[in-house]
Amino acid sequence: MNSASVAARPDEAVHIAAGAPNAPAAARTGSHRLLPRALMAPAVITLFLWMIVPLVMTLYFSTVHYNLMQPGDKAFVGLANFEYFVTDPDFGASVVNTLLLLGAVIVITVVFGVGLALLVNEPFPGRGIVRVLLISPFFVMPTANALLWKHMMMNPIYGVLAQVALFFGLQPVDWLTDHPLFSVILMVAWQWLPFACLIFITSLQSLDRDQMEAAGMDGANALQKFWFLTLPHLGRPIAVVVMIEMIFLMSVFAEIFTTTGGGPGNESTNVAFLIFKQALMNFDVGVASAGALFAVVLANIAAVFLIRMIGKNLD
Amino acid sequence: MSFLQLQGVEKRFGALRAIQGIDLAIEKGEFVVFVGPSGCGKSTLLRMIAGLTEIDGGSLQLDGRDITRLPSSKRDLAMVFQSYALYPHMSVFDNMSFALRLASVDKAIIREKVQRAAEILNLVPYLQRTPKELSGGQRQRVAIGRAIVRAPKVFLFDEPLSNLDAALRGQTRVEIAKLHRELGATTIYVTHDQVEAMTLADRVVVLRDGAIEQVGSPLELYDRPANQFVAQFIGTPQMNVVDTVDLPALRGMAGGAAAGDGFIGVRPEHVLVRPAGSGRMDGQVELIESLGADTLVHARVTQGARSVQLVARQNARTLLQPGDPVGLDVVPGAFHLFNREGRAVASASAR
Amino acid sequence: MKQLALLLRTVSAWVITLLVVFPLIWLVLTAFKTELQAIRVPPELFFTPTLESFREVNTRSDYLLHAKNSVLTSVLSTLVGLAIAAPAAYSMAFFRTRRTRDILMWMLSTKMMPAVGALVPVYVMAQTAGLLDSLTALTVVFTLSNLPIMVWMLYSGFKDIPPDILEAARMDGAGVWGEFVHVIRPLATGTLASTALLCLVLSWNEAFWSLNLSSAKAGTLATLIASYSSPEGLFWAKLSAASLLAIAPIVVVGWFSQKQLVQGLTFGAVK
Repeated sequence: MNSASVAARPDEAVHIAAGAPNAPAAARTGSHRLLPRALMAPAVITLFLWMIVPLVMTLYFSTVHYNLMQPGDKAFVGLANFEYFVTDPDFGASVVNTLLLLGAVIVITVVFGVGLALLVNEPFPGRGIVRVLLISPFFVMPTANALLWKHMMMNPIYGVLAQVALFFGLQPVDWLTDHPLFSVILMVAWQWLPFACLIFITSLQSLDRDQMEAAGMDGANALQKFWFLTLPHLGRPIAVVVMIEMIFLMSVFAEIFTTTGGGPGNESTNVAFLIFKQALMNFDVGVASAGALFAVVLANIAAVFLIRMIGKNLD
Repeated sequence: MSFLQLQGVEKRFGALRAIQGIDLAIEKGEFVVFVGPSGCGKSTLLRMIAGLTEIDGGSLQLDGRDITRLPSSKRDLAMVFQSYALYPHMSVFDNMSFALRLASVDKAIIREKVQRAAEILNLVPYLQRTPKELSGGQRQRVAIGRAIVRAPKVFLFDEPLSNLDAALRGQTRVEIAKLHRELGATTIYVTHDQVEAMTLADRVVVLRDGAIEQVGSPLELYDRPANQFVAQFIGTPQMNVVDTVDLPALRGMAGGAAAGDGFIGVRPEHVLVRPAGSGRMDGQVELIESLGADTLVHARVTQGARSVQLVARQNARTLLQPGDPVGLDVVPGAFHLFNREGRAVASASAR
Repeated sequence: MKQLALLLRTVSAWVITLLVVFPLIWLVLTAFKTELQAIRVPPELFFTPTLESFREVNTRSDYLLHAKNSVLTSVLSTLVGLAIAAPAAYSMAFFRTRRTRDILMWMLSTKMMPAVGALVPVYVMAQTAGLLDSLTALTVVFTLSNLPIMVWMLYSGFKDIPPDILEAARMDGAGVWGEFVHVIRPLATGTLASTALLCLVLSWNEAFWSLNLSSAKAGTLATLIASYSSPEGLFWAKLSAASLLAIAPIVVVGWFSQKQLVQGLTFGAVK
């Protein structure tokens, strides 16, 4: 006897099928397809070219012998470039360094990012200023960041870290020479920590207060609330931060270029720097291209997951 | 030809016929209410009249002109949206004068019209404010004012009161009724609230699943519902509808007209509460709802293996408690008879 | 108990923040020192500030050139980017089709490829076209790099405009152009501004392409700072001064565009 209809509801169908509730009627009838296409054309064409042209060129270069110092000479060499790149004694080290760099920075930024976000989530005097200050390192340009650390912090004689060590009676450490990769990790982590922190702060603001209170009434203490409510809520932002950092940290370059130059030896060379070395120091375009393809494949893997996650959010 | 005429109007979403061949004639100056449950298509129909949703079949005529394919901007209709849809970056004055400014009307005339509308709606002190600075009720009045200023051929209202709290809703309902009396404009008003339908409408259109169930004045729908759906949709509390199989005693009381199979309906105000044993039916009180002016008695009548719940409404207070035995009777002739498909067969109304 | 918790929170938050930001604080302090003061051991916290280092930085003719290049490449790439991205975002928000979502995702995916993957072809093309060490090459590359993010941010902003306001405009008699002029444009200015700001920040700080495609003529402030890697003589105060001048405007802009940053750089995956 209930009059509510169980079958498809006409009112809902409007929004599903019409697709564009705010589109002008003309566009929805499809009679003016030209305008939308014309509007999108510049962006689509430029991005398409930006994607295709370097890719095709890289594919081509990776199969020939091409040295910038001897431009005329472009003999087909098949997979020799790949072999050369992969058998380069620096290759193994660069892959390991890349993974170490990625892993360490991600762990540092996520762990401390979550911690800081939690600390700053509740109000306290000066919270506004603290949040603004915490953001700052992210906006410092990479080269300034690198040199700031190299000279002012890490210099074994005059640097601040050295002074602090002396103050405590310890031997100052020559960071860049003795621990090059770690130094780079520190610089990059310092730069990206605010990013992770900001993401987590934003996400924490949408945490359901009512749920927290209900849990408190059910007898949960602070640690339990964190483990069962906060952490799952942060699951998605953490995943996003990890993936974004994976994509962008793969290309860490400026810091290495300005401080250690990949060295000593290959201790702080990552895949990006190795490619750069081949291309613009050895001028071997062929081998560098092979390496670039390798890096692109790696990045693609992370990108696939990130795209899927964004897609879920894209209505 | 009436003022606004819908003929065979249809809306399809793929294979689904969301609106099925609607025929409706609306006279000039009429206040027509589209009412029905969620998903019945009332908002879709309104939007099709407005031109915001395309009409797939049939025709729409306004004042002799075929406007079926005309874009919204050219139909000379004004709409008050459920969310008010005020322009957030414009002042109240600019919101209300927007349409006239687009039509390049003379500034002095614009000012005069906006001023008059603002006076009617008590918006004069707020003319320079932006929507952000207004309360819900004030925003609603600006939305109405925006429509009034244009003096369109037809006013369209899409559930304008649903975002207001109960007190404001009642107040605004009365104001809308007064406004209609003053301006005499043709109005189509969509709501899911049957109280609004009953109080505001000259005629009510009850919709279900994209089709019209019944069209008539509010009291016509109340006294002579064409089918069970309308009978139970209009009127609070709901009409008691009983399967003839479940309560043969009721069938007996309805007399010869109810000889057939189907359903029998009785409005709560026509169910009489008697002392136990002195009614033609015996029941047990399940719940008493004292509303102050009215009292509702929910009773369960059991005959053999079947039992049925009936609600009775009376002005007098009662001393009955849940669990008490009670006798029930029906005002002679106040039966609504429906066949198995739910259609009214012969309405034996007390009026 | 609550008071104690608040005190702990305040103290630890401030201490940690100051530790994290300390290198920047040190940078600012050093910029106002003389070279001799800068290398004093143990380092000085209290000193008489001087603008000497700033003056020396300014007298080096490079500085102004690099600053000009930074400004030109950032501003131009932002303007060109907006010119290309805005129509596309508008089309995708208001003339949506079944393929709109896929196209948007594809655009975002082009941002996810590592810059180093395009280094070789871009370098070779620039060299062939004689555009190495030119502002044109840098501007083009910056624009292309930021385009996906700009399209995405503008699209989000356009979509935030409530559809029933556009319908109301239509009822009031506005055509497609009228809708754009009277409703969309005024309501989208905020998004346009924040997208432009973000693009400015990203271009200004861009180091990978700047270092590889430019040297003496088209170098930006990023490359200028990099040249302080190991020059001769005392240079810390000058480095600090130069760095401060280079990063200050952008750090300030960053303070104002935090929210847009989250939106833009996470492609909206975090709300």
